[in-house]
Amino acid sequence: MTMAEGDLAVTRVRFIQRTPIAPQPPPAATTGAIGWLRGNLFSSPLNIVLTILILALLGWIAHAMIQFLITDASWTGIDREACTNTPQRPDVGACWPFVWERASYFIYGSYPIPERWRVDVFFALLAVGVVWLLWLEAPRRDLGSFYFFIVMPVLSFILLTGMESIGLRHVDTNLWGGMLVTIVVASVGIVASLPIGILLALGRRSQMPIVKTFSVMFIEFVRGVPLVTVLFMASVMLPLFVPEHLSPDKLLRALIGIALFASAYMAEVVRAGLAAIPKGQYEGAMAVGLGYWQMMRLIILPQALKITIPNIVNTYIGLFKDTTLVYIVGIFDLLRTIEVARIDPKWAAPTVSSTGYAVAAIFYFIFCYGMSRYARATEARLAQAEKR
Amino acid sequence: MTIEAPEREAARVAFYNDPKVRSVVYQVALTAIVLLLAYMAISNMFENLRRANIATGLGFWENTAGFDISQTLIEYSSSASTYGRAFWVGLLNTLLVAVLGIFFTTILGFAIGIARLSSNWLLAKFATGYVETIRNIPLLLQLLFWYNAVLKALPDLRDSVTFGGVFLNNRGLFMPEPIAKPGLTIVLMTLGTGIIGAVAYRIWARRRQMETGKQAPVLWVSLALVVGLPLVVFAAAGFPLEFDYPEKGRFNIRGGVEIIPEFVALLVGLVVYTAAFIAEVVRAGILSVSRGQTEAAYSLGLRPQPTLRLIVIPQAMRVIIPPLTSQYLNLVKNSSLAVAIGYPDLVQIFTGTVLNQTGQAVEVVAITMAVYLTISLATSLAMNIYNSRMSLAER
Repeated sequence: MTMAEGDLAVTRVRFIQRTPIAPQPPPAATTGAIGWLRGNLFSSPLNIVLTILILALLGWIAHAMIQFLITDASWTGIDREACTNTPQRPDVGACWPFVWERASYFIYGSYPIPERWRVDVFFALLAVGVVWLLWLEAPRRDLGSFYFFIVMPVLSFILLTGMESIGLRHVDTNLWGGMLVTIVVASVGIVASLPIGILLALGRRSQMPIVKTFSVMFIEFVRGVPLVTVLFMASVMLPLFVPEHLSPDKLLRALIGIALFASAYMAEVVRAGLAAIPKGQYEGAMAVGLGYWQMMRLIILPQALKITIPNIVNTYIGLFKDTTLVYIVGIFDLLRTIEVARIDPKWAAPTVSSTGYAVAAIFYFIFCYGMSRYARATEARLAQAEKR
Repeated sequence: MTIEAPEREAARVAFYNDPKVRSVVYQVALTAIVLLLAYMAISNMFENLRRANIATGLGFWENTAGFDISQTLIEYSSSASTYGRAFWVGLLNTLLVAVLGIFFTTILGFAIGIARLSSNWLLAKFATGYVETIRNIPLLLQLLFWYNAVLKALPDLRDSVTFGGVFLNNRGLFMPEPIAKPGLTIVLMTLGTGIIGAVAYRIWARRRQMETGKQAPVLWVSLALVVGLPLVVFAAAGFPLEFDYPEKGRFNIRGGVEIIPEFVALLVGLVVYTAAFIAEVVRAGILSVSRGQTEAAYSLGLRPQPTLRLIVIPQAMRVIIPPLTSQYLNLVKNSSLAVAIGYPDLVQIFTGTVLNQTGQAVEVVAITMAVYLTISLATSLAMNIYNSRMSLAER
């Protein structure tokens, strides 16, 4: 029996594709701007409603902000007249002349005017220290921390309080104010809390029961109470604990309170870092004959601190925001200078408060956001090192 | 020839190099220093107090306070009440703002945390913007803003915003006060019974579902028991509730319930600020549940909503709850910033007014700290118990 043409199914195929077909472009609705919009903004009825609501809200916020800060704002003037509502201008926005006039007060407080260059030099010294520590390609970074933690604090102290023997007039801390005080309080907290925090963390992980007990008691006590009460303690109880003639001045008391408070939080951050170091590192260090402090200084702390940098910076952000609380115990930090300036009858106008708060908010936001970006960048950099 | 082992002797170190001796010396020295400092501090303190003629001890607790408090949850009068009474007023005010704050900030924080993970790009970015802005501005500044720039900028008494018996002006929010008439007790008892019944029904329904797989209409039955039943009784009893409406006079508002602006500013400030932190906690918690869990649930045929409720959230909660508790504690501690805007909380009444009047700084600050410390330590204890019970059973 012969097979006739057409018996096999295959022969019925009329066409066989022998070359690959060029891929078709994806449907227009799923790619490009339109596809992105559909996928991310209008993927379901609920999302459409949400998108429209948020657009409306954002539009309203942006409109109100621009109106308040720019278009309706008052830009020139010498006193409250410039910012008072009049029939011609029923809704005055931000009162910028108030900020121009009080800018030097916001920065220096009541620091004597001929001596203000010293504050500027202090800011410059601080900036040098910060850049030296944070910029990875800076020359001689090993000297940077020595400068930041020892040289700069001493120089700044001499510069700001004065030293008669080298011709710098004494300036009482009562006169300090504004951003100067905010930055002094924050830097003292930052400079003091790390070493004290490291010691406390080491104490908490110590084998010695008494050292451990003291560290735990201190850390848990400070972390269990609000900063306000610590500041109250520093400002009203501390003077009672020392002989009358040694009584520290108001700013120093607040600085002690802030430094102790920040160190307790720093101790917990460092402790977490120490706990993350594998036991083999400790054993290895001991096996090569290092003593306790050598082991900590050369082997453990460099690794532990490196992985805790993001958390340390986050603690610093909290500390920077917490410096505003010295306002409550009567220190003239930036927030308090704004409070004092805004209730001055010379500038009694409806939007002066909001303007002052906007300036303060921008100031704090820039610093805190900057620090949090740095923390995140460091985290990414460290994660890259782990990836190898 | 035999090799004689050299005489082995335990390596002797000088006693001052012996770690044990050293550790004892260090600890004795530390204790001595701490005791010495404490002794000096305390003797200085008594010396200073004696010179300043300030009494010591807790005798002031029973003295008449003599100052007014703008918000009191319990009976208090400046002429008759003691400092001890003022302490309880302050503590209750702190707890009031803390409890309400925790309630609202949880809702807002979870909403924003989930919004950050939304598939809607704009919503996610908006939530991120909220978190970044709020977290980077000090709470104290936010409180001052809410109080001075928002609430104090409201119209004054004469131009009060009025809607249906409610007055809003820069002195606060005045609302009708509900006054119970006889018969309300029965309604409240019905409500209580309804809640117990609903809980019991839920337990029963759950057990039945475990055994037979049959589901029960828990939501509808609970609603009927908790809302419907009391409403019916309320109507049957002839609506035994009336309102005391506030009345606007020339210089003040009489009657009704008053909510002071300090309270509102503090509550709003705390809720908005803490929510930003809770949002981050929630986001991290949800992200910690691996994608495989969701995919497995989908492949078993669960729809997105039950997947979230039954698979993702129970696992995320294990990660969320410990940091969430510490955020709650932060809220309680941050409520002490009330002192800056004049809300009469514990710190404002005690370390503010009482301290100024009595001058007994040590006692007053110690009592205030002890209160917060008790709250914190009790919470940590509860958290430790929770963590040990919830920790994953390792195989």
